[in-house]
Amino acid sequence: MHPIIILVVQRLALGILLLFAASILIFAGTTMLPGDVAQQILGQGATPENLANLRAELGLNDPPVSRYFNWLGGVLQGDLGTALTNGRDIADSIGGRLKNTMFLAFWAALISVPLAIFLGLLAVRYKDRIPDKLISAVTLTTISIPEFMIGYILVYWLAIKLRWFPSVAIMNDSMSLFEKLNAIAIPVMVLTLVVLAHMMRMTRAAILNVMQSAYIETAELKGLRMLTVIRKHAFPNAVAPIVNVVMINMAYLVVGVVVVEVVFAYPGMGQYLVDHVSKRDVPVVQACGLIFAAVYIGLNLIADVVSILTNPRLRHPK
Amino acid sequence: MNDKLQQLSAAVTEGLMTRREFVARAAALGVTAAVANSMLASTAKADGHAKPVAGGTFRMGVSGGESTNTQDPAGWASDVPLATGFFWGEPLVELGEDGVLRGLVAESWEGSADASKWTFTIRQGCTFSNGAQVTAEDVMKTMERHSNEDSKSGALGIMKGIVGMSVEGNNFTCELETGNADLPFLMADYHLIIQPGGGFDDPTAAIGTGAYVMEDFEPGVRATATRRADYWGGSQEEVAHYDKVELIVLNDATARTAALQSGQVDAINRVEPKIAKLLDRSPNLSVKNVSGRGHYVFIAHVDTAPLDNNDLRLALKYAINRQELVDKILQGYGGIGNDMPINAAYPLFDETIPQREFSPEKAAEHYKKSGHDGSPIVLRVADGAFPGAVDAAALFQQSAQAAGIPLEIKREPNDGYWSEVWNVQPFCASYWGGRPVQDQMYATAYLSTADWNDTRWKREDFDAMLLEARAELDEGKRKEIYSQMGRMLNEEGGVILPMFNDFVDAISNDVQGFVGNPSGPQMYWKTFKYTWKTA
Repeated sequence: MHPIIILVVQRLALGILLLFAASILIFAGTTMLPGDVAQQILGQGATPENLANLRAELGLNDPPVSRYFNWLGGVLQGDLGTALTNGRDIADSIGGRLKNTMFLAFWAALISVPLAIFLGLLAVRYKDRIPDKLISAVTLTTISIPEFMIGYILVYWLAIKLRWFPSVAIMNDSMSLFEKLNAIAIPVMVLTLVVLAHMMRMTRAAILNVMQSAYIETAELKGLRMLTVIRKHAFPNAVAPIVNVVMINMAYLVVGVVVVEVVFAYPGMGQYLVDHVSKRDVPVVQACGLIFAAVYIGLNLIADVVSILTNPRLRHPK
Repeated sequence: MNDKLQQLSAAVTEGLMTRREFVARAAALGVTAAVANSMLASTAKADGHAKPVAGGTFRMGVSGGESTNTQDPAGWASDVPLATGFFWGEPLVELGEDGVLRGLVAESWEGSADASKWTFTIRQGCTFSNGAQVTAEDVMKTMERHSNEDSKSGALGIMKGIVGMSVEGNNFTCELETGNADLPFLMADYHLIIQPGGGFDDPTAAIGTGAYVMEDFEPGVRATATRRADYWGGSQEEVAHYDKVELIVLNDATARTAALQSGQVDAINRVEPKIAKLLDRSPNLSVKNVSGRGHYVFIAHVDTAPLDNNDLRLALKYAINRQELVDKILQGYGGIGNDMPINAAYPLFDETIPQREFSPEKAAEHYKKSGHDGSPIVLRVADGAFPGAVDAAALFQQSAQAAGIPLEIKREPNDGYWSEVWNVQPFCASYWGGRPVQDQMYATAYLSTADWNDTRWKREDFDAMLLEARAELDEGKRKEIYSQMGRMLNEEGGVILPMFNDFVDAISNDVQGFVGNPSGPQMYWKTFKYTWKTA
């Protein structure tokens, strides 16, 4: 069998083990937080009687270990269960939220990844000259400003002053693709500005590293144009580190954008998770945790496979 | 004085004077803010040029919604669920902006002479959105669901006094353990929305007698509803003018104001006092505030050392600079409190109770008398206790310092504050939303047996007065008893109550007919029903 297939299978098996471990950690963590879901639901309206009734109905009187295994049993049969707080089917609710999160992450990645790599290449081409410094200065500035601040600034100009795009990213199924894209225009811009610098700087550094090599000098001496040298000779050898940092940023776009979701009231996974953590709704927190962990594991796996495929020495091990 | 007042309020309606100026001028005439506000409301309403227009969509941006929200009224605790709940459902009665009860599902109601038996007559022609006429049976079932022994309802606490319920034809009767002249007010509680069969079969069905039918409900995201043609309250020209209402959950304060400014929504709640004046200056929108019954408090357990010492409590009460807190924490959008949970927004409030003033000298005097050993008094606080709680505690600490009283602020996480700190720790910051009547406020938090007695105020004489006032139908006598109870808390209670907060909303200038309701934000969530948009 091809070594890469073996690697993928091994990694997937390990991934399942990791998911299992993550679910135990999340369960223990959420259970350890002060207060339980019944107290959080009733808040100031709690009395000893309605607390006891609610706890009994939600099965909170069972020992934690048996609650965990009940949950695990359900998940292994593909049943994520229902939310304790509002009795909704978790798979249904998460489905819609996950779709929104992926939609936003997809468009943000589609714009930011090529742009970051292109700007990285441009920075190398004009190393230490004005374009390079300008690109670095601008992207490092935008990564240094907190994302909610960038959000507010863009909302002020693009939504309130110019009224080009909406300030709140409302999504629903009846909207056309164009309406949806219009709704997420500002959030996509914010996310792009936030992730650009990291990928751009890594592209620049990785390629510059390769540019020191003797074969690049040879290529230059053959009389190739600078951009051709970078594109044909330097870039393929710099792909592995770039892919790694791209994957980290894509993972961030999926699991780490809760602040942006709040600022634009975007119905994604982040806000959904935070709401349920604060209400101690363990089954939902577990389900979200599993999805987030799976995203990380999956993207890391892709990064590793791509690194191997682009490197002949790893592709054909002796 | 009356003529002068009417002249003033007419000036506001015609746009010659702002609402705040009016309240200030009215105060000069010796009228309290609450009275001035409701006065203004009635003038605005009677104003001829404002003729309702039917149609359009009303869009609200609202804070206080989570993806954990449910459509079951029993589980509502935050703003968004009850705001959406009023789209489709109605309780027996509602409390108007003038403090007077209006019948919804109940057409009329009547109490027995000792107020221990109340009969509600169900409105004929009042139908659920599934077409069925509401029966007294439905009403009784609803009340049962919120009060039986399996109840998980947030209304269980207020239903405790009801010992028997019965139905006779079109009438629903409840019998109480002791007389309660204010029972009809309790029936305005938002949990007690009348559902078919009491909602036992499907509590989340969202079928009620409201003017709108839910179209879409995504917890923590948005809710939409469309107008029913067969609403009992009348045609779209008369009431519930919009074709469609839409609510978007906007928990972030900046996102809310931006959505209003960019025209994505027509109304928002919870404008931050810090920015209210600035926001009011922007074109096409107005900030609306109404003095309410909600209050921000520092609560001490009166049975736990060191604050079991009344002199020490008095020292702290004198050491808090109320006006400074109203100015700096509420930016003037509120009023000072008097260490009792009642203000002029309540019926039967006694205006003659002397207001406690900030006095470092008196504070120092009481502090000395208390014989406290000088160890720091620990005050627990979190940002979530009330907006600006941490800053308010810091100001309190400083003014107490001036009187030589050492306060130590212990900052707690927002997460878990209501289960781990409030009603558990002996001295902490908190807030109360207020209740429609004095009886309910006292019964909720100051009766010996109350579950939410967060100051551990257990006094038999106080309880006796509360029960006496409850069954007393003579308003003069009741007012007198309430006054005594207020004075008692003011002198000896564990509640340090520096301020009552206003509800601060903002609406687009297209929206007409807005009248603040002291019960809550956004006309107590009836903006969608009583306002309309000019084309």
